[in-house]
Amino acid sequence: MSKYTEDDLREELKTKEYEYGFYTDIESETFPVGLNEDIVRAISKKKEEPEWMTEWRLEAFRSWQEMIEPEWANVHYEKPDFQAISYYSAPNSKPKYDSLDEVDPELLATFEKLGISLDEQKKLAGVAMDVVVDSVSVATTFKKTLAEKGIIFCSISEAIQEHPELVKKYIGTVVPQKDNFYAALNSAVFSDGSFCYIPKGVRCPMELSTYFRINQAGTGQFERTLVIADEGSYVSYLEGCTAPSRDENQLHAAVVELIALDDAEIKYSTVQNWFPGDADGKGGVFNFVTKRGLCEKNAKISWTQVETGSAVTWKYPSCVLKGDNSVGEFYSIAVTNNYQQADTGTKMVHLGNNTKSTIISKGISAGKSQNSYRGLVQVSSRAENARNFSQCDSLLMGNLCGAHTFPYIEANNKTAKIEHEATTSKIGEDQIFYCNQRGIDTEKAIALIVNGFSKEVLNKLPMEFAVEAQKLLEISLEGSVG
Amino acid sequence: MLKINDLHASVEDKAILRGINLHVKPGEVHAIMGPNGSGKSTLASVVAGKEEYEVQSGEILLDGENIDELSAEERAHKGVFLSFQYPVEIPGVSVTNFMKTAINETRKAQGLKEMPANEMLKMIRQKSELLEIDRKFLSRSLNEGFSGGEKKRNEIFQMAMLEPKLAILDETDSGLDIDALRIVANGVNKLKSEDNAVIVITHYQRLLDYIVPDFVHVLYEGRIVKSGTKELAHELEAKGYDWIKEEVGV
Ligand SMILES: Nc1ncnc2c1ncn2[C@@H]1O[C@H](COP(=O)(O)OP(=O)(O)O)[C@@H](O)[C@H]1O
Ligand SMILES: [Mg+2]
Repeated sequence: MSKYTEDDLREELKTKEYEYGFYTDIESETFPVGLNEDIVRAISKKKEEPEWMTEWRLEAFRSWQEMIEPEWANVHYEKPDFQAISYYSAPNSKPKYDSLDEVDPELLATFEKLGISLDEQKKLAGVAMDVVVDSVSVATTFKKTLAEKGIIFCSISEAIQEHPELVKKYIGTVVPQKDNFYAALNSAVFSDGSFCYIPKGVRCPMELSTYFRINQAGTGQFERTLVIADEGSYVSYLEGCTAPSRDENQLHAAVVELIALDDAEIKYSTVQNWFPGDADGKGGVFNFVTKRGLCEKNAKISWTQVETGSAVTWKYPSCVLKGDNSVGEFYSIAVTNNYQQADTGTKMVHLGNNTKSTIISKGISAGKSQNSYRGLVQVSSRAENARNFSQCDSLLMGNLCGAHTFPYIEANNKTAKIEHEATTSKIGEDQIFYCNQRGIDTEKAIALIVNGFSKEVLNKLPMEFAVEAQKLLEISLEGSVG
Repeated sequence: MLKINDLHASVEDKAILRGINLHVKPGEVHAIMGPNGSGKSTLASVVAGKEEYEVQSGEILLDGENIDELSAEERAHKGVFLSFQYPVEIPGVSVTNFMKTAINETRKAQGLKEMPANEMLKMIRQKSELLEIDRKFLSRSLNEGFSGGEKKRNEIFQMAMLEPKLAILDETDSGLDIDALRIVANGVNKLKSEDNAVIVITHYQRLLDYIVPDFVHVLYEGRIVKSGTKELAHELEAKGYDWIKEEVGV
């Protein structure tokens, strides 16, 4: 059983429905629109949360009321009306369609290109499927392998019920309730999300993937994730899915908190492919995410992200390097096409001595999109020998898009060494012709050039994910030149 | 194999090729010489299908088929290869990956399945030996940081991998030292057969000592003003281009 790998699991999943039962089944109507203390209480009650959690949410709500939506990012959009949103709805368990024939053919064509199996296509598009009765076995195998090592991987709602001491101890310690406007909103109304705890000295034997926790469909709007790696442990966590996610919820405000205790390591990889809006810029998801990790002594956190979706992205996975000798890494590919806008980057806060951070950001802009990198490297006066290396590369396709780089450096200790490099390049006609001459058509040539450009980051992803991400880049940029 | 009839082409409304006639048969080697700016690279690009060049009149026939309407990649699939005078860099894409893509795209267009990995590896080994290329070189980013000579040798390696019907070598000799020149020329000669043809564009007769042409043409101001055998190349080497200019009365 100990050799049971993610691949085995994937293999099993091909033939079985992956309904893990991580979801505490909630029979529910949708709440009325609007947000007030009663709604916050009602959400907490629906989830049968303990009193302290309800209070915690209310505190967040009260802070949020005092806050204003930030405007400093280089994105322009019509602000959502927060009183026009319904903050609770049951996970979408009813199938939207009776057969694949009813699904948007464009969406199916994309699934096809990504190599997603028919069953998965149905699942992702929300088509009714035959329920395989003994699907429980997959979940059990998966959970058993983890349980043997003492690893907890479940929904945050379940964790609040089953492991309140852990949740209470860590939630809000890295991203406080009033950290920012969207984080406060999330803290008040978060619907669900994932929880993960790796005990001392344990190396998690498989990639933990939310992909297998398919309950995402209904809970994506205000997701809350908490990952705790206890002393000397290791975990690689995969979030998201390359398949395009169409969601009626326009606003998404997730919070992810990572805690790496002494000598622990967390690798957190994301592929985000929310609906970006159509070619004219209509529709599309607003994605306002707060992701932050805390490193204790000798700990390491790596964020790797491939961002291709959303109409508006506002996202800065960050590391607080509190412990001496801790390491923070940020590897990012952000693609924008058509009318997409992305303002993304990272914050590396050096508090401990000999702390090290690396930032590799690759921005690819096409169409009429705007792609901004915003990064802060902050070294506290007490942090001796902090090191940072940042590299921000932008690739432009066509003349109508934009790439912007906003690096901020605050070094308050003279021993800090901070290096920043930035390049901007354009896919040249000569490069395309060179490829064409070798028999490679323009679409494929662009994919090749973009993959080459993104290689340093793609290499940081787990193998399976990297292959999918590569295909995703291709699809995201289809028809963007020519 | 290649037949060019009264070809006129321009770029940005500037006429560059002004009535080219050329007939290349299978098994032949043709050399095209001429002073800088006479249109040699333009001719190569037009045959290869570069879009910014506009064909005003005349025709290019490949095996009797007019290829005017074909895209550059379609011409490549039909066996046209251009060794670039200035090969471009593609950062992050290894030579091997690039070749794999090129070969498989060509096979796809021809209705063939992808080349199996072991076959590909075998081919890479053979061709890199032929051109005395260090295999480590093949995992470097395409042309990025390559010396002038490395770029040219890499072009011929690609030619060896793709086994084209018609190869146009645009100043492949520039940037090569004498040893490299010998290796590259030797490679080209080994790839030569009764079924394919080579057009060598060069300034110097030096390369033609190794790749011996059946015909030599002088291109001047967008026209082939003189054709002959390899002796013509020697004559040009000795006397320069001025006498030709006088002879054709410009
Ligand atoms: N893309 C282009 N735009 C404008 N002029 C060009 C372009 N390409 C070539 N030319 C011009 O066409 C002429 C022939 O160039 P080229 O074919 O490169 O000559 P050669 O290879 O014989 O040295 C030159 O005058 C050159 O400046
Ligand atoms: Mg030239």
